[in-house]
Order: sequence, then structure tokens, then C-alpha cells
Amino acid sequence: MEQQRPIEEQIDLPFLESLRISFQSLKIRFGRSIITTAGITLGIAFLVSVWTNNEIEFALQESGRSSEITNIDEAAEQGISTKDIWLIIMSLIVCVVGIANSMLMAVTERFREIGTMKCLGALDGFVVRLFLLESGFQGFAGALIGALIGLLGAVILGLKNYGLDLFFYFPLLPARPENGPFQLGVLLLILFGCVLGMILAVIGSSFPAWRAAKLPPAEAMRTEV
Amino acid sequence: MPDIVVKTEDVVKEYRMGSNVLRALDGINIEIQRGEYISLMGPSGSGKSTLFNMIGALDRPTAGEVYIDGQNMSHLSQRQIAAFRCHRVGYIFQSYNLLNVRTAHGNVTLPMIFAGIPEKQRNEKAKKLLDKVGLGDRMYHLPDELSGGQRQRVAIARALANDPSIILADEPTANLDTITGREIIDLIKQLNTEQGVTVISATHDLKMLDVSDRIVDIRDGLVERIRNRDEIEIEVGEVGGHE
Repeated sequence: MEQQRPIEEQIDLPFLESLRISFQSLKIRFGRSIITTAGITLGIAFLVSVWTNNEIEFALQESGRSSEITNIDEAAEQGISTKDIWLIIMSLIVCVVGIANSMLMAVTERFREIGTMKCLGALDGFVVRLFLLESGFQGFAGALIGALIGLLGAVILGLKNYGLDLFFYFPLLPARPENGPFQLGVLLLILFGCVLGMILAVIGSSFPAWRAAKLPPAEAMRTEV
Repeated sequence: MPDIVVKTEDVVKEYRMGSNVLRALDGINIEIQRGEYISLMGPSGSGKSTLFNMIGALDRPTAGEVYIDGQNMSHLSQRQIAAFRCHRVGYIFQSYNLLNVRTAHGNVTLPMIFAGIPEKQRNEKAKKLLDKVGLGDRMYHLPDELSGGQRQRVAIARALANDPSIILADEPTANLDTITGREIIDLIKQLNTEQGVTVISATHDLKMLDVSDRIVDIRDGLVERIRNRDEIEIEVGEVGGHE
């Protein structure tokens, strides 16, 4: 065999191109994106509402108001009760599992697409980057909406329990740091929820996307869901 | 000396299924010349699609070597393999494998995006290619809005995007009716004769034999025999024969 052109190296795509492709993809499968995003929204809403509720209760206890309204157990003196910690941890777990699951499903049903893109010359890294961008955006948007819904839920519950007094003691900023990591203040809590939702979505999607991108295209395209 | 574009040496592919090992290819040796139209024939399960995947660098052989354009494929880096798939080969699949989220035009531009071709240029080329396959008026439709034959035409236009020297077609007509299948075959044959593109097709569609230069019969993971076009009699295809 005489020598023909040597095979060149594949180039990297500009970031803007990846951004454009991932947004296009989100836009066109809008319905499906919404469902995945809703999974994130629900997880974060649950977490934020439980947590905010807890903070409101705590702030009112601190102010001495709540004891007039509800029965507070002794544990209140130590800041936060075991039950509350348990509840927050539970909601965190539900949130992690829920988001990871919805992202995993969303990527797995696209294995064929990943295989096809590789046939057309996509580098593994490019495929992973697409999913990272898509899921990062979904995660952030979903988590922000979720955090706001959660906050609204907690406020409504607070209003029902404590009336307008709630707003005098509303824990917008971190309470006393010596009370431990659970008194973030609502503003930080929302930020935390957004970051958490985004990180979970990115991990939940880029891990299976990375696995699919590593497969030879024939195998990725064969994968049935 | 003939210009050999694809050469396989004792290619073996095994699939592990639990404790069983399934040997899909059992030492395949073939040479394909530039500009040829080759059909890989065989019943389903014979290993022809597996061989197709090996030639197209879509899967790695368990043993043996595949040479394309004189390059040993197992020596290529990941980036070189991606570039190879992008520039040298155009793939056409039985199930079209279009990206459903992109329009016909978007599907055709994708390989050009990967090749780093500027936007204006790739848009023009995509238009030209879609015109060529007869889809100029359906350019901005999503694959779901197109018929099977139309989707396969988009796939052909996409396969041609970066002017590959090899077209790999895996049962391109299996999901199409006879007439549409015939049109697709004619289109592929036209590329072969007009542009000198090497066509390698896995098929059990007898219509495809008619246009082939050589037919490789695969059975149980082995090359059973290789026939030239003039050695076989085909009744089905006489009407549309080009020779």
C-alpha cells in the first residue's frame, strides 16, 4: 500500500459553539427538559421549605415569641432539635436521589445520540461538555425556581402558624453562627439550594454522559433503554 | 499496484455475554480498492454489521488489524479517530440515526461544525447537499416530519458533508419500501460513479448487488466467498442497471 494522506488530529470546538448546540437541544426538547427540570425543582423546593421552616421556628424561638404560640420542647434551648436535623438530612437525601435519578434517565435515553455524534467526529470531551452545559443550566434554573417555591411554602406555613409576626423575625441573614451550620439565613439558603441543585444535576448527567462517550460508537448506539 | 483503501488482517471480534463468548468475526481478511462499490452480504447474525463497525472505526476488534488509507487503525489516537470519522468516512445507517433535535439542515451541518468549517460556508454547503438529494424544500423540517426515504436522504447528505473518500452504508434500504430503496441505492451508486467515492455496504437487499462491483459473502464470521459483479446473475435489478 503506498502512502496516502496521514490522518490529522481532530480540533476542539469553540466554547460558543458548544453553548449554542446545548441551548438548541434544550429548546427543541422543551417538554422533556421541563420534566427533568421539574425533578430538580421539586427536590430543592422540598429541601428549602423544610429548612426555611426550621429557621423561621428557630428565629421565633430566639425572639421568645414562639413559646407563646406553640409548645416548644426542651431541645429548643440547644438551638435545633434532633428531629429537625433528621428532617433536613432526609430532605437532602430525597433531593440528591431525585435529581441524580432524573438526570441519569435523561442522559441514558440519549445514548444513541451520543454514539451518532461520535460517528460524525465529536470528541469524547465535547460530548461531555455538551451535557455539562445543558445540565448545569437545567440544574440552576430548576433549583432557583425550586428554592423560591420552597421559600413561598415555608412563608405561607409560617404565616398560618405565627401570623404577621413572622416578618419581624424573618431569618433573612445567618443567625448566630455559634448555633451551628443549620442556621444559614434564607438568602444563603437559597444560594445553597441553587448551587446544590446545579452540582447534583451536573454530576448526575456528566457521569453517565462520560461513560457513554467513552464507549465505542457502535456500542453506544446499540444500547437500548 | 491497485490503490487499496481498506485492508483487514485476521480481524476477530468477540462479544462476552455472561460466561459465554460469542465470536462474531472469526478472522476476516479482505482488501477493498479505492472507488469500488462493495457489498457485504450475509444473513442476520453472520457478522456483516460487526465487520462494518470494524471498518468504520465504530468498534475495536478483539484481535487483528484494520488498515485504512494505509494507516493501522489501532495505532491512532482518540483525536485521530475522531478526525477520521469526521473527514474520511460518511456513515449511513439502517435506522438513519439522525439527531431528532436538529432539522435536516442542522443534521447536515453538524459534521461540518465538528470539522471547524465557518458558519456561512457550512450553511451553503448543507443547502447544496440537500438540494442534491432532492430535499431542498424540506430543509428546515425536523426528522420526525420527514418520511423514511426522506430521512435516509438527509443521512446521505450528512454523510457527504465533509467530502469523505469512503461511504459506509449499513443496510441503508432495510427500512424502506422497494421503490424508495431503489432510489436510495441509485443515489449512492451515483456518488460512487460520479465522485469516485468508495462505497462499502452491509446488506441483504438483492437490489444492492446489482450495482456492486464485488460482493463479499459473510457467513459465521468468515468470508465465504468473494464474487465479481459479472459472476452473478441478478434478475431483480436489470431494469435499473447502470453498466
